Amino acid sequence: MTPIISIKDVGVRLGGHDILREVSAEIFPGEFIGIFGPNGAGKSTLMRCLLGLIPRCAGQLSVFGEPPGQANRAIGYMPQSRTHLENTALSARSIVAAVESGNHWGMPWSTQASREEVERAIRLAGAEEYAHRPFSVLSGGERQRIMLAQALIGKPRLLMLDEPLISLDPRNQARMIECVAGIKAATGTTILFSAHDINPLIGVMDRVIYVAGGRAAIGAADDIISSAALSKLYGTTIHVVRAEGRIFIVADEGNVTEAEHQHHDHNHD
Amino acid sequence: MISEITNYLSYDFVRNALIAGSLAGVLGAVVGYFVVIRRVSFAAHALAHIGFTGATGAALFALSPLEGMLFISTLAGVMMGASGNKLHRSDVAIGMTLSVCLGVGMLFLALYKGFSGQASAILFGNIFGVSRRQIVQIVFLSAISLGILAVFSRKLFFASVQPDLAEARGVSLSALSIIFMVILAVSVTLASQVVGILLVFTLIIGPAGIAARFCRSFWLGIVTSIVIGLFAVWTGILLACVTDWPPSFWITAILFVLYLITETVCRFIFRNE
Repeated sequence: MTPIISIKDVGVRLGGHDILREVSAEIFPGEFIGIFGPNGAGKSTLMRCLLGLIPRCAGQLSVFGEPPGQANRAIGYMPQSRTHLENTALSARSIVAAVESGNHWGMPWSTQASREEVERAIRLAGAEEYAHRPFSVLSGGERQRIMLAQALIGKPRLLMLDEPLISLDPRNQARMIECVAGIKAATGTTILFSAHDINPLIGVMDRVIYVAGGRAAIGAADDIISSAALSKLYGTTIHVVRAEGRIFIVADEGNVTEAEHQHHDHNHD
Repeated sequence: MISEITNYLSYDFVRNALIAGSLAGVLGAVVGYFVVIRRVSFAAHALAHIGFTGATGAALFALSPLEGMLFISTLAGVMMGASGNKLHRSDVAIGMTLSVCLGVGMLFLALYKGFSGQASAILFGNIFGVSRRQIVQIVFLSAISLGILAVFSRKLFFASVQPDLAEARGVSLSALSIIFMVILAVSVTLASQVVGILLVFTLIIGPAGIAARFCRSFWLGIVTSIVIGLFAVWTGILLACVTDWPPSFWITAILFVLYLITETVCRFIFRNE
């Protein structure tokens, strides 16, 4: 099978810092890939690089067999930045509709076909119940579903979800994951899903990319989330502790899911 | 009452005021809707005040105040637009530029003595003083601005609502931002002809802010914004005729009352939904 994403020795430099170095990975159609790592490790950077929004300084990168940015029509991207529409009553549905053919010239008229596409995306994201309400009055979990619906516009063959679980309570996290897994089952879409905590995603992911110390490792969850593999990635001793069916990643100095250095992951508002 | 109104309408200056006011109202309402969802109202406000420098400086270069304002605020619009989607966070930079521009405007006033009557007209608007030539200019500029906006509105709406996704789908955020700020600069200049620089905010933010507060779709928001803008301008001008109080006062007062009502009602509705 040919990979839909092929990353070979890719490096990214931003503002004089090496964010990523010698990252290599191949992702195949229909895979659910979890992307983990501390804050600021480069999870968002990796996604934005795959979208061609950030240039790479080394290596080869192809997405759907083309250079990054060329095949973005087939990619549904849910950015980490959040939509701010506090003083407007624009409905969630119209926010999703804004994405439909949003890159075309002219005025934002809707057609029968575009309305159907918007409804399809809202249904897939499980957001029918509140799509008519103003986006600004929705809860965090509901807003994230609407952003997922935006990403689903245009029937993407690849979904890149940047921290879709952030600031959700455990119940809403579980619902979000269930929803994404359902989308994968219904459409066969390949999924890149970045998150802080590996635990909620165990059982739905096929493979894992772990980003730390400017490097990344890809493989089966059990191989990557191991003391040996993570210690090598971080360049310091890391303990992977399994207890009560959960996985905890700790360094000698403390918990590593919080950043030791911060840059660029949270620069969007 | 009706006969009184038709009597006022027989005056040229009232008719000119209504035409100029309607054009500025429509343009302000449409552009303002994007200002509200893009959260660049401070930039819009600043553009108007920066235009003051152009208006006072224009006399020194033998230009009309309108031409001077257009020049300066378009220039400022391009610079603001170049700072892209981060514009709503650059309020200190905008504030500093705004204050230095007002300072330079004062200098121009001091250098060109005898200009203060006209300066007051620029600051507070003199819609009853709009000439035939100005109306032609306003028609021309509104048509161009609305035409350009129509071509870009789909992309602009997408980029305003979800910039990162828009960028990923090939929409150039910086180009859109610059184009929009130039259109905004032109609208601000036109609106200032009607209500004056100090109150230009009202025509840009007022109708659109009120409409966006309760309209759930883009088109409903635009149309409602236009209706509110036209209502405020026409009622304001007619009340000004009747009472002999300044139209700027009436237009801003009407919009402020509408804003208060909307805000109260919306808080109630959205809390109980």
